[in-house]
Amino acid sequence: MKWDEFFVTGDPLIYGADVSIGLTVIGLLFYLTYFKKWQWLWKEWLTTVDHKKLGIMYIASAVLMLFRGGVDALLMRAQLAVPDAKFLDAQHYNEIFTTHGTIMIIFMAMPFLIGLINVVIPLQIGARDVAFPYLNAVSFWTFFIGAMLFNISFVIGGSPSAGWTAYMPLAGNELSPGPGQNYYLLGLQISGIGTLLTGINFLVTILKMRAPGMTLFRMPMFTWSALITMVIIVFAFPILTVALALMTFDRLFGAHFFTLQGAGMDMLWANLFWLWGHPEVYIVILPAFGMFSEIISTFARKVLFGYKAMVWAMVLIAAYSFLVWVHHFFTMGTGAAVNTAFSISTMLIGIPTGIKIFNWLFTMYKGKISFTTPMLWALGFIVNFVVGGVTGVMLAMAAADYQYHNTYFLVSHFHYVLIAGTVFGCFAGLVFWYPKMFGYKLNERIGKWVFWLFMIGFNVCFFPQYFLGLDGMPRRVYTYSAASGWGDLNMVSTVGAFVMGIGFLALVYNIYYSFRYSERENTGDSWGLGRTLEWATTSAVPPHYNFAVTPTVEGLDPVVAIRNDKKDVTPKLADIKPIHMPDNSGVPFVMASFFFVAGFGLVFEWYWMGIVGLIGVFITLIIRSFDKNEGYYVSVDEIKETERITV
Amino acid sequence: MFKRLKPFFALGLMLSVFFLGGCSNYIVLDPKGPVGAQQKDLILYSIGFMALILLVVYILFTVIVVKYRENRKDMSNWEPEQEGSKKLEILWTAIPILITIALSIPTIKTIYDLEKPPQASAHKEPIVITATAVDWKWIFTYPKQGIETVNYVNIPEDRTVEFKLTSADSMSSFWIPELGGQKYAMPGMETTLYLQADHKGKFAGRNSNFNGEGFTHQIFDVNSVSQSDFDKWAKDTKTKAPELTKKQYDQLMLQGEAKKMTFSSTHLKWVDHAKNRDYAVKTRERLGVVPQNPHGSKAKDANNPEQDSHGESHSH
Repeated sequence: MKWDEFFVTGDPLIYGADVSIGLTVIGLLFYLTYFKKWQWLWKEWLTTVDHKKLGIMYIASAVLMLFRGGVDALLMRAQLAVPDAKFLDAQHYNEIFTTHGTIMIIFMAMPFLIGLINVVIPLQIGARDVAFPYLNAVSFWTFFIGAMLFNISFVIGGSPSAGWTAYMPLAGNELSPGPGQNYYLLGLQISGIGTLLTGINFLVTILKMRAPGMTLFRMPMFTWSALITMVIIVFAFPILTVALALMTFDRLFGAHFFTLQGAGMDMLWANLFWLWGHPEVYIVILPAFGMFSEIISTFARKVLFGYKAMVWAMVLIAAYSFLVWVHHFFTMGTGAAVNTAFSISTMLIGIPTGIKIFNWLFTMYKGKISFTTPMLWALGFIVNFVVGGVTGVMLAMAAADYQYHNTYFLVSHFHYVLIAGTVFGCFAGLVFWYPKMFGYKLNERIGKWVFWLFMIGFNVCFFPQYFLGLDGMPRRVYTYSAASGWGDLNMVSTVGAFVMGIGFLALVYNIYYSFRYSERENTGDSWGLGRTLEWATTSAVPPHYNFAVTPTVEGLDPVVAIRNDKKDVTPKLADIKPIHMPDNSGVPFVMASFFFVAGFGLVFEWYWMGIVGLIGVFITLIIRSFDKNEGYYVSVDEIKETERITV
Repeated sequence: MFKRLKPFFALGLMLSVFFLGGCSNYIVLDPKGPVGAQQKDLILYSIGFMALILLVVYILFTVIVVKYRENRKDMSNWEPEQEGSKKLEILWTAIPILITIALSIPTIKTIYDLEKPPQASAHKEPIVITATAVDWKWIFTYPKQGIETVNYVNIPEDRTVEFKLTSADSMSSFWIPELGGQKYAMPGMETTLYLQADHKGKFAGRNSNFNGEGFTHQIFDVNSVSQSDFDKWAKDTKTKAPELTKKQYDQLMLQGEAKKMTFSSTHLKWVDHAKNRDYAVKTRERLGVVPQNPHGSKAKDANNPEQDSHGESHSH
C-alpha cells in the first residue's frame, strides 16, 4: 500500500481537517505537559470507575460527535442549497451522509443518553454506583475507541460510503472495495460491545440496587425508561453483532452471506439490520421520554399524570419495537399479507405514544408551570414530536409508503422524531442535570437563546423537506437539476440548518460562559423543585460515594415529601458506617487501546496487527480474571469531613 | 405570555400555507394514472386525520400552558397531587384505536389493490416490460415485442404496464412518482409492479434506492404514447434498430452511466438477471474492469481524464 492510499489526499477540505486535527492534538499535548496535567488525567479520568465521571465523559464525547455529525450535515446542506452545485462530488457527498447518519445515531444519540443515564440513574435509585463499575469503564472505553476508529476514516483510508444502513450488495467488496466499509464494521462492532455491556450493567443495577423501599412502581419515570431501554439493548444488540460479523466475514474472509457471488442473500442483511435498527430507534427515544417525564413533572410542580399508564405504554412500545422492522422496506415486494401485518403493527405503536403525549399534557393541567430552559425543551418536544409522530403513522400505511419511501418525506419524518425527541431530550437533560454534574447551572438567558435558535432553525430546516418528498425528491442524491423545481425549498432548508448550527455554537458558548460566571450551587436541590433522589444529595455535586447514608423511600417523588414535611435529612453521625467502594483501574483503557490496534489492523487487512491487538485484549481479560482486588472502604472520618458533620 | 408562544403559532401558519398553497403542485399529489391516484387519495385521507390530531394536541397544549403558567393571578386551581383520571385515559386510548382502525381499512384495501392490475383497464391485457437496474442505468426489455431500450421506456397510454423488476447488481428501487409508488429491483429476484398512464406524456423515472457513486443520475424517461403509435414504434424498432450484441451488452454491465439506446433484440438469450445474481460482477472480472477503492492510487489515476462526462465513456 502506498502512502497516498493510506492518507486521504486530493481534497482541500480534507487537508484543512488534517491541519486542524494536527493542531488540536499538539495543543492538547502542550496543555497537558505544560500544566503538568498528565497525572491528573490518568488518575481522575482515564482510570475512573465512578459512574458520574464516566457519564460526563460519555456526554463530552457525544457533544464532540454532535459537532462532527453537524459539520457533515452543514456540508450536505451547503451542497444542496442550489441546483447543480459543485461544492462536493458524488463520492464525497456519499461518504458524508454515511458518516453523518452513523455518527449521529451510534456515536452521538446513544452515548449522550447513556451518559445522562450514567450520571443520574444510580443517584436516582439511591445507589452508590452501578452494579459493575469496572464493566462500566470497559463500556465507555470500547464505545470511545470504536467512535475514534470510525472517525479517523475520513483522513486515513477513506470513509465508508454505503449509507448508515450499509445495504448489501452495495456494501460488499464487489461494489465498495477499500477500507472504508471495514471502518464501519469494526467501529460499530467495538462500540457495540460497550453498548451491550451497558445494557447488562444497568439492567442489573436497576433491578438489584434500588434503595430500600423503592419498589418497581415507585421508581422514577427516567429509571423506568432506562430499565426498559436496557432490556431492548440486551435483546437487540446481539443481532447487530452477528450481522456485522457476517458482513465482516464476507468482506475480509471471502464468505458469501450477503454477496452477489456464491448465492449470497442481500435481503437477509436488510432484515437483520432493521431487526436491530428499529429497536435501536426506541433505544434512543425511550430515555428521552423518561427525561421529559421528570422535567415536565418538576417544572409543572405536579406528580406525573397516569404514572402506571406511562410505564405500560413504554413496555408496549418496547415489545412492538421488535415487531415492525419490515416497515423499513415495504417496497421489497414481500407481498400484500406481510405488508398488511407490518402496517398494522406499526400503526399500533402510535397508540401508546399518543397516550404518553396526553399524559404529559395533563401533567401540566392544574399545575404551576415555570418556563425554565429544560422545560422549554420539553414543551418544544411535545409540539414538534407530534409532527414526527403523525407523519410516522402516514409512513406506516404501506400503500402510501410506496410513494414516501426513499424520499425527503422520510428524511424529514425521522429528523422530526430524532431531533425533536432525542436531541431535544439530550439538551433538556443536560441543562436539567448540569448542576448535578458540575455544581452550577448553565446560564438561563443564553440557554433560552439556544432553545429558540435551535428550535426555529430545526423547523425551517426540516419542515420544507416533507414537501420536497411529496414533490418526488429522493434522499441521498448529491445534487438535482434546476428543472426539478426543488431549489427554493432546499435553500430554505439550508438556511434553517445553519441557524441550528448557530444554536449549537451558542450552547458551546454557554458552557464556557457558565463555567466562568455562573453562581455556584450549595445545596443538592439546585432547582429547588427536585422530586427524585438525585436531588437529595447533601452537596450539589455528590461525593464519589453518592450518599453518606443510603436513603429509604416511602413513595413516589421522595424529595417532594422531604420538602413538604420539612424533614431533616442531614446524615447523623451514628448512622455513618464505612462505605465499600471499587478501586480505579487502568485495565479498561488499555484493553480498549488494544481493541483499537486490532480494529485498525483488520480495517486495512493487516492481519498480523489484528492478531497482536486481539492478543492484547485477551491479556487484559486474563489480568482482570486473576485480579484479587476487592476495593476499599471509605472511612467514617473521611465521610465526616466530606459531609462537614460536626458533633 | 403570548409572545412566548409566537413561534408555535408561526409553525401552524406555515403548516397551513404549505397545505393550502396548492397541493396539486407536488407531483405525488398530482398523479397521472390510476395507481398514483389511489395512493394520492389514501395520502389525503390520512392527512385529514393527522391535521385533526395536530389541531387537538395544539389547542390542548396552548390552553394548558397559558392557563396553568406560574405567574397567573389565581393559584387556587393548582393541584400538585392530582395524578390521573381513568375516564380521560380511557378516552385517549380509545380514540387512537378508532383512528388506527379508520386508517387501516383503506390502507389494507389499497395494499391488496396495488398487487393487481388497476381496475380501470382490467379488460385489456397488461403489456409486460422487464426493467433491469445495472449500476447506474436502466435496461428495458419487451419480451413479446423482442426489443430492448436503455434509459427510456415507451408505454401505451390507458393500458396497464406490468413491470417485471430485477437488478444485475445493487439493490435498486424503480420509481415513476407521477404514475405511482416504487418497488425494489433486486439481483436474482423478480418483483412485479403495475403502473398505468391515463394520458400521453413524458414522465420522469429513477432509481430511488441509494446504490453508489452514479446513483443521482440513474434516471430514465417514460413516454406514454397512443396504442397505435406504440405498436408502430415497436414494429419499427424490431425492423430498423441495431441488434444487441453480447459484446455491447457486456459493456452495459460495467459500472457507469449510459446514453439512451434502442435495440431490435433482447439480452434474455444470454442471461436472466432474475435467476442469475452474479452475471454482471463476473463480466466485470472477465473484462478486467473491477471497482476500485475511491481513495486508492488506481482510482485516482483513472479519475483524472474526462472526469466531467459522468462516465459516459463506459457506454460504448
